[in-house]
Amino acid sequence: MPEIFHPESGSPAQPSTRPGQGHFVADVRETPLAVVDSVNETEAPSSLWGDAWRDLRVRPLFWISATLILLVVVVALFPSLFTTVDPKFCELRNSLGSPQSGHPFGFDRQGCDVYSRVIYGAQASVTVGLLTTVGVVLLGGTIGALAGFYGKWWDTILSRVTDIFFAIPLVLAAIVVGQVFSNGKTVWNVVAVLAVFGWPQVARITRGAVISVKNNDFVTAAKALGASKLETLVRHVIPNAAAPIIVVATVSLGTFIVAEATLSFLGIGLPQSVLSWGHDIAAAQTSLRTNASVLFYPSAALAITVLSFIMMGDAVRDALDPKARKR
Amino acid sequence: MVRYIGRRLLQMIPVFFGATLLIYAMVFALPGDPIQALGGDRGLAPAVADQIREQYNLDKPFFVQYLLYLKGIVTLDFGNSFSGQPVMDIVKRAFPITFRLAMMAIVFEAVFGILFGLIAGLRKGKIFDATVLVVSLLVIAVPTFVIGFVVQFFFGVRLQWFPPTVGGNVSFESLLMPAVVLGAVSFAYVLRLTRTSVAENLSADYVRTATAKGLSRGRVVNVHVLRNSLIPVVTFLGADLGALMGGAIVTEGIFNVAGVGGTLYQAIIRGEPTTVVTFVTILVVVYIVGNLLVDLLYAVLDPRIRYA
Repeated sequence: MPEIFHPESGSPAQPSTRPGQGHFVADVRETPLAVVDSVNETEAPSSLWGDAWRDLRVRPLFWISATLILLVVVVALFPSLFTTVDPKFCELRNSLGSPQSGHPFGFDRQGCDVYSRVIYGAQASVTVGLLTTVGVVLLGGTIGALAGFYGKWWDTILSRVTDIFFAIPLVLAAIVVGQVFSNGKTVWNVVAVLAVFGWPQVARITRGAVISVKNNDFVTAAKALGASKLETLVRHVIPNAAAPIIVVATVSLGTFIVAEATLSFLGIGLPQSVLSWGHDIAAAQTSLRTNASVLFYPSAALAITVLSFIMMGDAVRDALDPKARKR
Repeated sequence: MVRYIGRRLLQMIPVFFGATLLIYAMVFALPGDPIQALGGDRGLAPAVADQIREQYNLDKPFFVQYLLYLKGIVTLDFGNSFSGQPVMDIVKRAFPITFRLAMMAIVFEAVFGILFGLIAGLRKGKIFDATVLVVSLLVIAVPTFVIGFVVQFFFGVRLQWFPPTVGGNVSFESLLMPAVVLGAVSFAYVLRLTRTSVAENLSADYVRTATAKGLSRGRVVNVHVLRNSLIPVVTFLGADLGALMGGAIVTEGIFNVAGVGGTLYQAIIRGEPTTVVTFVTILVVVYIVGNLLVDLLYAVLDPRIRYA
């Protein structure tokens, strides 16, 4: 039997024999602990997501990245709100021209308006980044969840398949496959190639999260209540394993945007007719010595976009991790 | 330990076969005919195309082709490229250069990443920490090719501290700039990993015990904190060796290094499937072996891990 400690009677280990000291430890009701320990029993218990949201909304990093992401998405959806200049209207007499009214970033080598091209280039990056992330989460999430939840030979086979795809570097595979589609390539080809070779990381993380969730009591309870295996997985395990998947998806979104730019830079990504920051950076390479701003603006736009997704991932990770949470 | 290594080697076998099959299928079985592409827009005469197909075993069923290709890997005979050169010669020329480049990049990112990460982790929340974090985020967000251009322009063209391109002159000095550019992104990851890991371990019980028993700060940090913090970092570095060798395409292109990336890129563009398959296979093997080495290093770094 553990001895129950009563502040009023004093600790049994240290009897209150010294003169002038009734007890060594202050009554809980007299300490600030009383406030911390008080429980409002009528309040609904806070969920993981509720806690995370309370934590997120006081973080400047979250608000900065959320604002930037919102801005980039709005620019991608409605580029015409931000510029009236046609990005494909180019006049050679303006080649590498300096900024003037109506053209704040100047002109590139072909005499196209740099500001307008930066604005219209957002669409390709955001589309490829978002679609690839959706594809990777569906593909990697399904494979990882099946491997982690069903275990046994499912796990053995699916984990080896994951290892196989993991062993082939993303950009390398994308180049090899991308070469096949060199004629009549669309945004969808690039998304498909990146998704097919980008899923292993999500699969590994999902598998780990599902394994750590599936032994919880509520999963056993769901099974005991007669839920089928698939129902247990979809309704009880996956919602509770979602946090790490969301974090890795947010950060990889940035990675996929860089991968798209790299492929376009190498000339085997998006078709030349699609405006893309990768294409513009590749074209600006030759102008670096004479007019560095042509290289600077699309690079800065790309970097800010990627940065905002990475910062968002960082903020969400910190908010979801109880160890890192500050009270 | 021996049993563990054995099990890991056994696990490598399906990964090796799967990855090589996937690569082979990607290069040869996907739509698009590399043989017809040799002839350009006019196409080859059927007899010539058939002869080339026979020479490269492309007339046989896919699975037989794959097995012949596996036989070539095991006997280290990779056949000839379409221009008639033995692929082994191309491998011998390209891989040493890229291996040197990747090793220099790994040393750079390990030394500076761990050093800055350790200092930042020990002074979490201070000005040094904040600066280093912002810089690392920038390095991650700015694509490698932009970093490459800017570094090449400033240090190679403007200041002329280093040769702007490597070309035929492969020396430590000329490889230094490409190595730093190649390792830049991983440097930022190593830094952030080390920082998080050090900051977390500083509040661990065994660190308090070490301090309580009177060890000097230096010994606590170097022996107890750093050694335990290096475990995730080593995982990252091991996986990174393969990624760096394969991912050097952009960097090698910018600095004109005649290594794996440049050769592979040319081979893909020109439609040289035998060279592509060989190079990618070697890269995958490097990657798998790197990961195995990492797992074995764990035991050295963390005495709590015992392989049964």
